[in-house]
Amino acid sequence: MTNILLIAWKEIQECLRNRWVVAMTLLLAALALSLTFLGSAPTGNVGTSALDVVIVSLSSLTIFVIPLVALLISHDAIVGEMERGTMLLLLSYPVSRLQVLLGKFLGHLAVLTFATAFGYGAAAIALMVSGAEIGGGSWAAFAGMILTSILLGAVFIAIGYLISALVRERATAAGISIGVWLLLVVLFDMAMLGALVVDQGRTISSAAVSGMLLFNPTDVYRLFNLAGAENVSVLTNMSGIADQASLSPTVLLATLVIWVLVPLTLAWLTFSRREL
Amino acid sequence: MTAIVELEHIEKRYGAIAAVNDVSFALQPGESVALIGHNGAGKTTLFKMMLGLSRPTSGDIRVLGDHPAAGEFAARKRLGYLPESVSFNGALTGREVLAFYARLKDASTEKIDSLLERVGLTAAADRPIRTYSKGMRQRLGLIQALFGDPLLLLLDEPTTGLDPALRLEFYEIVQELQQQGATIVLSSHALTELEERASRIIILNRGRMVANGSIDELRKLAGLPIKIRVTVASGKAEKLSALVGPVPNWREINGHLVEFDAAPGAKIELIRRATDAAGPAQDVAILQPTLDDLYAHFLRRHGEAAA
Repeated sequence: MTNILLIAWKEIQECLRNRWVVAMTLLLAALALSLTFLGSAPTGNVGTSALDVVIVSLSSLTIFVIPLVALLISHDAIVGEMERGTMLLLLSYPVSRLQVLLGKFLGHLAVLTFATAFGYGAAAIALMVSGAEIGGGSWAAFAGMILTSILLGAVFIAIGYLISALVRERATAAGISIGVWLLLVVLFDMAMLGALVVDQGRTISSAAVSGMLLFNPTDVYRLFNLAGAENVSVLTNMSGIADQASLSPTVLLATLVIWVLVPLTLAWLTFSRREL
Repeated sequence: MTAIVELEHIEKRYGAIAAVNDVSFALQPGESVALIGHNGAGKTTLFKMMLGLSRPTSGDIRVLGDHPAAGEFAARKRLGYLPESVSFNGALTGREVLAFYARLKDASTEKIDSLLERVGLTAAADRPIRTYSKGMRQRLGLIQALFGDPLLLLLDEPTTGLDPALRLEFYEIVQELQQQGATIVLSSHALTELEERASRIIILNRGRMVANGSIDELRKLAGLPIKIRVTVASGKAEKLSALVGPVPNWREINGHLVEFDAAPGAKIELIRRATDAAGPAQDVAILQPTLDDLYAHFLRRHGEAAA
């Protein structure tokens, strides 16, 4: 355990020194704040809580940004250290490869958690300062969004490690990461939408749809945040899907956790077999 | 006495190429072993297998009681490794990196300051490593290898990038550890450096071990002639030749210097004759085959055997 924490702390130190933490926090805060003030203007005052509007716009944006940021810090984790030669020395120490992987994961997750909590938290604080009224339900939904954003980040950190453990060169890892991002964030939904349009509801049942959504972590995230909380789902017209999809928040959260564990385990197995 | 390192018929293949081929040896506590060979002879691969970073295709390795090939790593607490061209994350300072590695080995961080002082890095300790020169990184690499009172030190080309003064300091540090009972394995291209320092020499050629023994044993095995070099007054070389008698490889280097070979048994007799009080000799030097000569000899012999 000490080894894992030592490696995690070193990872955090490096991210602090590279200005990664600052850059990420500022980026997320800037996005959150601009959405808060620009995004709420058109809705005027129609009885929905201002925070709900922020949750909708911010979570739509998170789906694009968080996976990208997570892959950016993780795709380099193994292959980069091998290429630079730092892995050679680290693995000659009394540490197991699992400890190295978990330490890095913990460190990167801590950085992401910090950036998300403070970046998005800035939006909520700004709303409070501007005097908007925010209900307790909205706060819960907001907390849920931050939690799932971090989980979504964890999923893509784990996927990034798997990519990093599989390839021989950093450039390949970067290329594959962009491909995976495009596939999960853009193409998957487009393909599914296309299939549904073509099918016209004849063969694909709603159960099949919800099943398919679970195969994409970004859709799981979307379902949780846009359809989960009642106030929010009214805003997004996602309530229909949520009813039909019949996936409880617990199932969605569990799915995200599985989406973290599976790539992380595969990354560990691949990394253990690698020779330096 | 149990061996610190034991290799039995180690083979490592990358596809059709055998990087290491049937290498066996055992190292005892307190030995200092020089691994020599060309680039690609298998030195670094051997180090990596001893550390468990790479698994042998066949054969058995034990290091400080562990089986590194099976993923055992507890013994690495008492093992120091300095990789060839060591690298560190450039964003952290020297002191931060050293503290990290010391804690990872469960070693005290108290010695860091004195070690930094000893290799002349105190002034740079709080600067990020990306500002370090190659030699400074190498010194940092040496410090980390010394953490945890190592019983075994694996040093891959440790003196590259160090200036002569630091080389001496380096060998002094290594010698101290050896006197405390540590086993040292080091590889180097600078053969003259190793000559006096290694108690055993292992020569590798294209993955095979072609020699294994102390320098005296290797000299005996190689049977290379000893060279005797005599300085004479100018023009007196012929007079010396008459005194010494017929010897192999008589060479008159210039008017003053004469060199000839002596078979191992004939050395004393030839010196006696050459330095006869009535003779022309002004000075005499005995040149033992150097490690360079031995290395070249064993490589040639292995090349002939393979051909």
